[in-house]
Amino acid sequence: MIANLGFVAMFLALLCAIYAAVLALAVARGEQRQWLGSARNAAMAAWPLLTLACFSLTYLLVNGHFEIEYVASVSSRAMPWYLKATALWGGQAGSLLFWAWLMSAYTALVMLRDWRDERDMQPYVIAATMITLAFFVSLNVFIENPFTKLWMDRFGQTSAAFFAPAGAQPFSPSDGQGLNPLLRHPGMIIHPPMLYLGFVGFVIPYSFAIGALAVGRKDDIWIRVTRRWTLIAWLFLSLGLLLGGRWAYDVLGWGGYWGWDPVEIAAFMPWLTATAFLHSVMIQEKRGMFKHWNMILIILTYALVIFGTFLTRSGVLSSVHAFAQSAVGPLFFIFIGVTFAISLTLLFRGWERLRSENILTSWLSREGLFLLNNLLFMGILLACFWGVIYPLISELATGQKVTVGPPFYERTTGPQFAALLLLMGVAPLAAWRVTTVKRLGHTIWKPTAVSLLLPVGMLAAGVINPVALLSLWLAAQVLCITLYEFFRGATVRRKSTGDNFFSALCKLAARNRRRYGGYVIHLGVIFMAVGIIGIEMFQTSTQGTLAYGEQMTLGDYVLIYNELDEFPTEGDRIVTRAMVSVYKDGKFVTELHPRRDFYVDGQQPMTIPGVYSTLEGDFYVLLVDWKPIGAQGATFKIYLNPLVNWLWLGGFVFIFGTLIAAWPVKRKSLSQQLGAFGVS
Amino acid sequence: MKSYTDSSCVIRPLTIIGLVLLLTFSVFGETAAQGDEPTEDEVNTIAEQLYCPVCENVPLDVCGTQACAQWRATIRKKLAAGWNEKQIKQYFSNQYGVRVLAQPPTQGFNALFWALPPVAFLVSAFFVLRFIRNIRRKQQPADGQPAAEQANADDYVARLERELEQWR
Repeated sequence: MIANLGFVAMFLALLCAIYAAVLALAVARGEQRQWLGSARNAAMAAWPLLTLACFSLTYLLVNGHFEIEYVASVSSRAMPWYLKATALWGGQAGSLLFWAWLMSAYTALVMLRDWRDERDMQPYVIAATMITLAFFVSLNVFIENPFTKLWMDRFGQTSAAFFAPAGAQPFSPSDGQGLNPLLRHPGMIIHPPMLYLGFVGFVIPYSFAIGALAVGRKDDIWIRVTRRWTLIAWLFLSLGLLLGGRWAYDVLGWGGYWGWDPVEIAAFMPWLTATAFLHSVMIQEKRGMFKHWNMILIILTYALVIFGTFLTRSGVLSSVHAFAQSAVGPLFFIFIGVTFAISLTLLFRGWERLRSENILTSWLSREGLFLLNNLLFMGILLACFWGVIYPLISELATGQKVTVGPPFYERTTGPQFAALLLLMGVAPLAAWRVTTVKRLGHTIWKPTAVSLLLPVGMLAAGVINPVALLSLWLAAQVLCITLYEFFRGATVRRKSTGDNFFSALCKLAARNRRRYGGYVIHLGVIFMAVGIIGIEMFQTSTQGTLAYGEQMTLGDYVLIYNELDEFPTEGDRIVTRAMVSVYKDGKFVTELHPRRDFYVDGQQPMTIPGVYSTLEGDFYVLLVDWKPIGAQGATFKIYLNPLVNWLWLGGFVFIFGTLIAAWPVKRKSLSQQLGAFGVS
Repeated sequence: MKSYTDSSCVIRPLTIIGLVLLLTFSVFGETAAQGDEPTEDEVNTIAEQLYCPVCENVPLDVCGTQACAQWRATIRKKLAAGWNEKQIKQYFSNQYGVRVLAQPPTQGFNALFWALPPVAFLVSAFFVLRFIRNIRRKQQPADGQPAAEQANADDYVARLERELEQWR
C-alpha cells in the first residue's frame, strides 16, 4: 500500500514536471501568457509529491519492509533506525529519488520569489528546471524504481517487479542485506545530502542563464538574481567535499583524506568551474566583461553536475563509491549531450549580443588577474577531466585497462594550486583596469616581508624541502596580506568614524559582506592549504608487528601495544579492538583503540583508526592484522599527519566566510540597484 | 623602447614554461629495495604504488582483502630474493596487466596520456602570451604614453570608501 502510494506520487510528480515544462515552453513561444501560472503551480506541486514519495520510502526502510527490493538491498534488521532512514540515499534508486526531491525543493523555492523584474525569463527557468527534474524522476519511474517489489513464482524463483508477474506471489525475505558498512558512519549520513544540495543548487543559476540567453538579455540580471543561490550551492558542495574527506580520513583506513578517486574528482570538477564562476561574475558586474565566459562557466558547471551524478550512478568508472551499476548510464550520457548542445546553441545564437562593454587593457589589473585565476581553475579542471576519462579512452581504444592514480594529479595540479594561492593574495588588491608593479608592490611589500619570516624560521629549524618552503611561504604571504587588508580597512574606518578597532572591523565587514566575506573565505582556504601541505609534504608512516608490551617509534611518538579484545556488538558487528598507549617525548599522552569492525550481514570489514589529535598534527594508528591469539602479535600501521587539523579548522572558517558573503542585506529594489550601476 | 612584436618576447617565456614542464613531468629515479629480511615499510613503499584489479582505486598497502595480503607477501618474497622496485612492479604488470600500476606506462597508446597535458599547456600558453601581447599593444596609445590608472595610487582611503559605497 505504502509502496503503491510512493510510486503514484512519484509518477504524478513526473507528470507535473512534464506538464510544467511543456506549458512553460509554449508560453515562451508566445502562446497563452496565462498558462504560465499553471506551469508555475505544476512546478511547485512536484515538491509535495516527491516529498510524499521520499516519506513513503523512508517509512518502508525504517519499518523493515523487505518485500521491497530496495529496502532488502540497503537495510537490515540489525541497523539502527537512523541508518535505516538515511539508507534513503544509500543505494542507486533511493539516491536518484533524493536528488529529484532536492531539485523539486529548490525549484519550489525559486517559484516563490518575486518575479516582477524577470518575468520574461520565468518560462525558460521553469522549462530548464522541470526538464532536469523530469529526467531524474523518469529514471526512477521507468528504470530505477525504488518501490519495486520482490515476487516468487511457483518454481521458487524470485524476481523484482513493481506489478505482479503472472502466477507469482509476494515474497519477503526474513532480513535485508544491510547498508554497505563503509556508509554506516555519521559523516556518510550528511555527506551525500550536502553534496547533492550543492549539485542540485547549480541548476538554478544555470536555468536563469538559459533564460537570459533565450530572451536575449544583455544585462547581468541573471547573475545578480542567482548570486545567493550560487553561493549557497557552492557552500553545500564545498561542505560535501570536506565531509567526504573527513569520512575517508575516519573510515577508509589509509591515513589520508583525498585519494584522487574518480568519484571524488567527479564532485570536485563542478566545484572548480563554480569557483571560477563566482570570481568571474564579479568582473561582469563591475566592468561588463567576460559575459561569454560566465555563460560557458555556468553551462560547464551544470554539465559537470550531471556528469558527476552520471559517474556515480552509471558505474562506468570503477571506484569505491560507484557501488552500483545499472542501465541509467546511456540515458545520462544522452541527457548531458543534448542539454550541452542546446545550451551552446543558445550561447552562440546570442554571441554578438553578449560582447563585453569594456576591453581588458592590462593583465596587471584586477580583471586581468581574475582571468588568470579562471585560467588556472580551468587548467586544474582539464587535468582532472583527462585523468578521469583516460581509462575509458584506453579501454575503448585498446581494450587495456589503466589506472590513473594520485601521482598524475599531484604533478599536474600542484603547481597550478600554488599559482592560485599566490593570486588569491594579490588579485583582490589590484586596481580595476590597470595598475602598476610599483603600486601593487607598495600595497603588499609589508605583509610579504613579514611572511618571509616563516620560511626563514623553517630553514633555521632544519626544513630544507624547497617545495614545502615555497608553498608554506605562499600560504603565509596570503595570510599576511589578507590580515593586513582587514587591518588597513578597519584603521581607515576607525579614523573616519571614531569607532574602536573591533567595532570598526565588524562594521567594515557588515557594510561590504561580499568583499570581506570573500576575504574570510580566503583565510579558510589558507588554513586548509596549510593542512594539505602538512599532510602531503611531511606525512611519515611506519608499520610493524608487535607482541603485548612491545613498542614502535615514529618521530617523537612511541606506541606500546597493551591488549587486544574481540567482542560482538550492536549492528551485527564483531569488533576486534586493540589498546595501545601513546607516549610523546617520553611522557604518556593518551590511550588509543584502533579497531576493525566486521559486519556479519554484509560480510565486510571496516577499519577505524585510533587518533591523537592536536593542532600540531595527528598520531593516527591503524590495526592492520592480528594473530588468532592477540598476545602473539598484531600489526599496526602508524602515521604522523602534521598540521592536518588545520584542514578541518579551515573548513569552519570557510563556511563562516561564505555565510558572511551570502547573508542577505536590506537592499534597494533591483531596478534601483541596476540604475546605480548604470545598467539599463 | 622594447618592441612587443619581437618574437623573443614570446619564445623566451615559452622556453621557461618548457623547462618548468620538463621538471614537472620528469620521472624521478626509483629507489631499489633489497635485503634478506625486508621490513614492512620496505614492502609498503612498493605496495603503495600498486593497485589490485579487484579492489579498484585502493592501493595495495592499505587494502584489507586476503588477495592484497597475498600480493604483499609476494612483494616481500621478491624483495628477499633481491629484486628491486622496478623489477617487482614489472612482474606484477606482466602478470596482471598495466592497470595494477598507479599510472599508465609511457609507451604505446598510453604515450598519448602523457603527451596531451604538456601539449595542451604549451598551446594554451602560446595563446595566452599572444593575448597578453595584444593587450600591451592596446595599452600603447598613439602618443606612446601608458594608459592612466583609474585611481590615485596613494589614495587608499578614497578607494576603500568608494568601493564600500559601490558594493553596498
